Amino acid sequence: MIGQDLLGIEDLERSDIERILETAEHMGEIGHREVKKVPTLRGRTLVNLFFEPSTRTRASFEIAAKRLSADVVNFSPSSSSLKKAESILDTARTLDAMDPDAVVVRHAVAGVPKRIADVLEAPVINAGDGAHEHPTQALLDLFTVQREKGRIDGLTVTIVGDIVHSRVARSNVYGFSKMGAEVRLAAPPPMLPAAVECLGVKAYTSLREALEGADVVMALRIQNERLDGSYFPSVREYANTFGLDRAKLRYAKDDAIVMHPGPVNRGVELSHDLTDHRPSVILDQVRNGVAIRMAVLYLFAGRTPEAGSAVRRAGGSR
Amino acid sequence: MNQENPAAPTPTAEPRPPRPVLRSVLDDTGIRRALVRIAHEILERNEDAAGLYLVAIPNGGVPLARQLARNLGQIAGVEPPVGVLDTTLYRDDLTSTGERPRLRRTEMPSAVDGCVVVLVDDVVRTGRTIRAAMDALMDFGRPRAVQVVGLVDRGQRELPIKLDFVGKNLPTGPGESVHLRTPNGEDVGPGTPPDAPLEMVVVPAASRERGGEA
Repeated sequence: MIGQDLLGIEDLERSDIERILETAEHMGEIGHREVKKVPTLRGRTLVNLFFEPSTRTRASFEIAAKRLSADVVNFSPSSSSLKKAESILDTARTLDAMDPDAVVVRHAVAGVPKRIADVLEAPVINAGDGAHEHPTQALLDLFTVQREKGRIDGLTVTIVGDIVHSRVARSNVYGFSKMGAEVRLAAPPPMLPAAVECLGVKAYTSLREALEGADVVMALRIQNERLDGSYFPSVREYANTFGLDRAKLRYAKDDAIVMHPGPVNRGVELSHDLTDHRPSVILDQVRNGVAIRMAVLYLFAGRTPEAGSAVRRAGGSR
Repeated sequence: MNQENPAAPTPTAEPRPPRPVLRSVLDDTGIRRALVRIAHEILERNEDAAGLYLVAIPNGGVPLARQLARNLGQIAGVEPPVGVLDTTLYRDDLTSTGERPRLRRTEMPSAVDGCVVVLVDDVVRTGRTIRAAMDALMDFGRPRAVQVVGLVDRGQRELPIKLDFVGKNLPTGPGESVHLRTPNGEDVGPGTPPDAPLEMVVVPAASRERGGEA
């Protein structure tokens, strides 16, 4: 059963994920029509509440909402205020008073979308919170793999890079595990979270071993803005040991695909050549992101609560 | 279910209602005959068979449109293209439903501009699905004309929509639903084999299992 909010893949059942992927399959077709727009969310308002700068994800949500005929308001308050928690909730309450039908939230601190969801009437969709989750990115990654490989169950997926800081990695670990894939994480030791085994995944400090027999290789962005220099000696050394190029990719299966959530640090996580050509599917991921976000908005946004459940949230703001 | 008290446990020992008495209104032969007649009627109305484009409304319209296309091919020598158009995203009741309805496949093999589009649905009642289908169709281009086939017309129209070609007029009660089924009793769906025999049945009011949106 699809719930009220989309805060993380951890909260979803496998059947929810399948429902979202199935819906996205149909949404993708709308992008090929002469009129790339359906009236489904006509008269509904989507608020993009981005406390952290974002171009790609915000644009993707905006295009998805517009293809469904929703009105979109972009709201990017500065998050530099000292009394953060308080001001964030005040911002959220102010927005809620304008009766949006869904609010997409991104924040640099884990858990903020949940806090906002607790006070909002409208459904909240997490567009990335700190190093916690980025559910729509994982969904579009699952969707891309399903389209490329025809299935997810039974595949081996290797995620390479700064795992410990990555919400994309965390959401994908939940997503691919729930869908029956084997997930491997490969990184220099400081970038591997402690006790990853309890998530049911295997950790590797050797890229070669992690790639052995992989169907999908996902490189993560080295987020210089989040690293203070103590995680690896130099970018060049990281590129040499964990950067993917065609030579290293030979350890994976012959038909392995390469993914990256973008934007790519060319020559660091991926070689120039791999960034631009098959088997990398980076632009397909972007394209599929619109279809996934259309599916998520269709399934989560603008639903009238069922009669009799007028009070949807204990301790809600009204 | 359990609308008065959502917290009540689901009764496990509830006696199963007796199997609903289904009333068959069109068997496979009847459906085939109707589709041959409708093919002739379509050609009577549209002399240029080359400009025809059949568009099925899933799920029930799909096997009917395919058969109709074959019939038209046999009679006129030109088999028109068959598209499939899901109307779900154009429905007028999306705000009133808690859970979103499942989407179905849309597949329009070629442009509709300048064609005479014949929409094909299994059961027509309120006309709301046809309204949604016409809106959806216009997003694919500008057909020269739009005509509608309903294998069963139940009456009870809520919008000013009139069918051009009807297999059978079937006045039904408010709670009844009409389903296009395969011999094993399942509603026609995406997995129905193309040559499965079909049957149109009326499910009486009390035993309705699912909301037919016909």
